[in-house]
Amino acid sequence: MSRSYTPGLKILARTKIIKKRQLPMKGNVHLKIGDIVKSDAIVASTELPGNVQMLNVANKLNIEPENVPECMLVELDESISKGQIIAESKGIFGMFKSQLKSPIDGTLANVSEITGQAILSEPPIPVEVDAYTSGTITEVDDEEGVTIETVGALVQGILGIGGENHGILEVVTTSPSDELTAEMIQEKHKNMVLVGGSFLTKDTFEHASKIGVAGIVSGGFDYTDLSKILGYSLGVAITGSEDIGPSLIITEGFGRISMAVRTYELLSSNAGNFAAINGSTQIRAGVIRPEIIIPSERENGEIRDYEEADLAITDGSLIRIIRAPHFGKVGKVKSLPTELTKMESETLVRVAEIEFENGEIEIIPRANLEMILT
Amino acid sequence: MMVGGVVKSMTGESAQRAALGAGAIVMDVLASNDGRLYHEKVQRIRQLRPDMILLSGGIDGGTITHVVELAEVLEAANPKPRLGINFKLPVIFAGNKNAREPVKERLGEITDLMIVDNIRPTLEEENLQPSRDKIHDLFMEHVMAQAPGYKKLMGWTDAPIMPTPGAVGEIIKKIAEAENISVVGVDIGGATTDVFSVFQKQFNRTVSANLGMSYSVCNVLAESGFNNVARWVPFNMDETDLTNRIGNKMIRPTTIPQSLEALIIEQAIAREALRLSFEQHKEFAVHLKGVQTERTISDAFEQTSSGETLVNLMELDMLVGSGGVLSHAPRRHQAARMLMDAFLPEGVTQLAVDSIFMMPQLGILSTIHPKAAVEVFEKDCLIRLGTCIAAVGKAKSDQVMLQYEISLPSGIIVGDLKFGELKLIPAPFESLQAKLTPGKGLDIGAGKNEVLNTNIYGGVVGIIIDGRGRQPFNLMDNTEDRVSQLKKWSEETGEYPQLENSNV
Repeated sequence: MSRSYTPGLKILARTKIIKKRQLPMKGNVHLKIGDIVKSDAIVASTELPGNVQMLNVANKLNIEPENVPECMLVELDESISKGQIIAESKGIFGMFKSQLKSPIDGTLANVSEITGQAILSEPPIPVEVDAYTSGTITEVDDEEGVTIETVGALVQGILGIGGENHGILEVVTTSPSDELTAEMIQEKHKNMVLVGGSFLTKDTFEHASKIGVAGIVSGGFDYTDLSKILGYSLGVAITGSEDIGPSLIITEGFGRISMAVRTYELLSSNAGNFAAINGSTQIRAGVIRPEIIIPSERENGEIRDYEEADLAITDGSLIRIIRAPHFGKVGKVKSLPTELTKMESETLVRVAEIEFENGEIEIIPRANLEMILT
Repeated sequence: MMVGGVVKSMTGESAQRAALGAGAIVMDVLASNDGRLYHEKVQRIRQLRPDMILLSGGIDGGTITHVVELAEVLEAANPKPRLGINFKLPVIFAGNKNAREPVKERLGEITDLMIVDNIRPTLEEENLQPSRDKIHDLFMEHVMAQAPGYKKLMGWTDAPIMPTPGAVGEIIKKIAEAENISVVGVDIGGATTDVFSVFQKQFNRTVSANLGMSYSVCNVLAESGFNNVARWVPFNMDETDLTNRIGNKMIRPTTIPQSLEALIIEQAIAREALRLSFEQHKEFAVHLKGVQTERTISDAFEQTSSGETLVNLMELDMLVGSGGVLSHAPRRHQAARMLMDAFLPEGVTQLAVDSIFMMPQLGILSTIHPKAAVEVFEKDCLIRLGTCIAAVGKAKSDQVMLQYEISLPSGIIVGDLKFGELKLIPAPFESLQAKLTPGKGLDIGAGKNEVLNTNIYGGVVGIIIDGRGRQPFNLMDNTEDRVSQLKKWSEETGEYPQLENSNV
């Protein structure tokens, strides 16, 4: 029997979830292996260098650059405060001295006898990394971060924007094909993660943002609306640092597309539970998909994950079409012919014979199929 | 990577050329005169977190202060590499040799500093090779070493491993040398498009990051705009529908156009990706800036200046395309049309595509056995599409653009080509005598109004005579007229024969 490997998104009811929580640069890790954490616990922290300002001391004091170091009144790395006199020229016979005041609070980072400039650094910016999801610390990388393990539901989307957020999960549409509208989002949804159906508009998103919703999950969204929300056109799918209010995850693609029933049902079964949502996406080598994690309170139960072999489609596999003209349709693989087939575009490709739910049969390029993992 | 130089258009540009020539993606060019404040430069470096930095600046014996100032910007930023929290960021210094010590004092401790020969030892001279070699070594050590399977690959081969743009560039260079011709090569990928050119024996290579057909396809749309993509589509398209389709290609990059409609849209975007990459290449492949040229009385009326582009399409002998959308286009006619529409070749230009994306491999072979590489390239790699003939100059509607007389194996063919027409003459790949008489005020390669007697080649597509105009080349503004114009050209050139009977 023919087999064909195809990409698929993880939609798992109960699986082991491993999260690395790392600092952007070396710092302090506050926990040890075996510690049990909640999602808002601070696991590591560090300080990023503060913003810098350059002062052209030579120009301001009207002296040669090589004389700048001897005119400085503070040492390197010494704290300085705004308005403090930090440099003074020698003057003429000790008279007519010029002085220079610091424009900021911070430290003196550097003095150059070649350029005549002094570099002042603002106070360092503290950075804290939280646990993101509840779980147990299983690894500690000294000065760098920790690994947290938990068990729960995991839903991957196809694209997201906005970084990490969390809240109680609530399903606000009645079916996966419904549009999420502004009227459905109310004050009580503040700080919650909302699940919609097939679509939402920019206006709905902005309404949710005004209310203070933590995250939105929807089947589709318009690319032009996305550009309007971001203020620029998303050229490459590398996201996560946008400051747009709620994190937004689309599970199917651009346009009006019903959310996969399995995804919708899994999220619905977790309504009322705590969910961690992260819109960060990277579609390039080493792909990162956006995700919704719902840690499980249950101690027991079968843990399920997929191996590479599970991603092989074969006769009878349940699949979804991921490109026009049948984009979004769900069907079963009837056969996987081995010979190349010419499409309407005249492209010669390997294909699959797909039987849709209404009994129709179509020939589809295998590259345009996505496995539905059950 | 990031590069830095004192004057943006001089050492900054030389540093950029060195980096692009080594196959790197240049994220930003820092320069003393780039108009940004000091803290903005520091913030930019911290934000971009490049894999490496090339710092140049000052001719030997020239400015030290400005070079040191750039080093101080780096020192203040104290940049950390993207890959590997425990590594120091590699910084290559290729500037004024008298500034080496102060640069070392500032960056020696906090970065992995390497010093190579000055990239611009004098204003008249560019010395890119030492920097290129170092960038290449560092790329292999720091970036590629992190790629999965790289160590295994190193165990399999004794030959040096080369990045794709580097290898394709090698074979383009060899072919230009072997045939003594001007060549433009293009390799359009999923994320980037690389353009290579050899004009006046000078080789140039640009890597246009984020102008590709899948991972960065939305960036092509963003940079070109909806109207520029839609102008190549021979049917009406709703903007929301088109942008959603392109967005879906970005998030599911491995999918294939099944319908004719999807193929046409994909090939429309390819035209824009190629056009934009070539624009970038033309801006970059220039004569050195800042060079003082001695002028004689004979140059008095020549308004050339330093910094002019080397790319002269009338001088171009061969245009070679590579990458999935060109090499695997269902019809070779489609590849020829994409190349013509994007590059707008002038005069007489041979068109070819890489048959099965073999150019990178042949590029590596050319470093070991150049003759074998060129032979395989000629015989097995290149698919000769044919020749494009296009007259240059302002023309009026209904004006005769060209009279042609071509000796085909089946006999002599004679005809006129009017403004706005495209004609395809099937012809094999062999030397064919041609007499080309341009219309009034136009140039076909021998000068304005001058007859050109030359030998041309056919190919799997044939000879395409293009009367759509060059300098200017314009499509009709009115959608209905444009659609009917595109359909007519498509029919004339055998681009989409199934278009007539489809639902599109």
